[in-house]
Amino acid sequence: MILDVILFYGAAMVALASGLFVIAQRSPINSAFSLIVTMCSLAVMFAMLGSGFIAVLQVVVYAGAIMVLFLFVIMLLNTKQDEGDRGGGIGRAAIALGIILAIQSMVVVWKGAETLPVNHKETTSADVARGLFSSPRFLYAFEATSILILSAMVGAIVVARKEKGK
Amino acid sequence: MPNLDALYTSTLSSFQVAHDGFVQVALAVSAFLFVVGTIGVFVRRNVITVMMCIELMLNAVNLAFVAFSRAHGTIDGQILVFFVFTVAAAEAAVGLAIVIALQRNREDLDVDSFNLLKG
Repeated sequence: MILDVILFYGAAMVALASGLFVIAQRSPINSAFSLIVTMCSLAVMFAMLGSGFIAVLQVVVYAGAIMVLFLFVIMLLNTKQDEGDRGGGIGRAAIALGIILAIQSMVVVWKGAETLPVNHKETTSADVARGLFSSPRFLYAFEATSILILSAMVGAIVVARKEKGK
Repeated sequence: MPNLDALYTSTLSSFQVAHDGFVQVALAVSAFLFVVGTIGVFVRRNVITVMMCIELMLNAVNLAFVAFSRAHGTIDGQILVFFVFTVAAAEAAVGLAIVIALQRNREDLDVDSFNLLKG
């Protein structure tokens, strides 16, 4: 119980700090590693929120597969370091608007979440599978994602392929 | 001597209250990470970093889905996270393929230099 609370709040703080590091780093490779830390601490939060299956998926799919793909491309292209922030108006406007958005969304979330019901139900992968497949509500969407993945795969190969004669 | 039993019970119940606050804290973290990702998309110049900021925003949304799923005791939020995972994987694959094509043809990854469609 106490360990739960320590883990959750620790993971939340690590997520906040490493999330900030993602945009504070100059080089993309440091951002990628910060993002991996963010994803792993979010996985801890998922587990503490009672959805262990999503936590496992977060580590395996996001931190494992997608971020390795990112790191692979960064190292393949050997990009030079980011020369700094976007100058002038757009950068400053983004930061100012971001701070306003942060404050107002935190206030709205904090006030609104007080009216939410409280549940302590742990869910397993079997529950997720039952929700996905036992009714046709999500079944067609699930089948559609297979077509999405297939077309994304074909599209990625076509876009990244070297053209003949070049 | 203080009543250790009462102290223990009150500590335990305060942790129970903290446990109840998980959803609230998760939603606040989610809002913060989403805003950080939004700022990153506008501030960073490297295309790959911009894409990583988009992934950060998707992750923040996933956290909100899981938190609401927990609050309402239903499974739908987690199923939506499942779909977000799939779409994020497809998006990363196609986006990184475009980045590789850009690097091959323009030898530059600065978002400000991609203005072919700008009026």
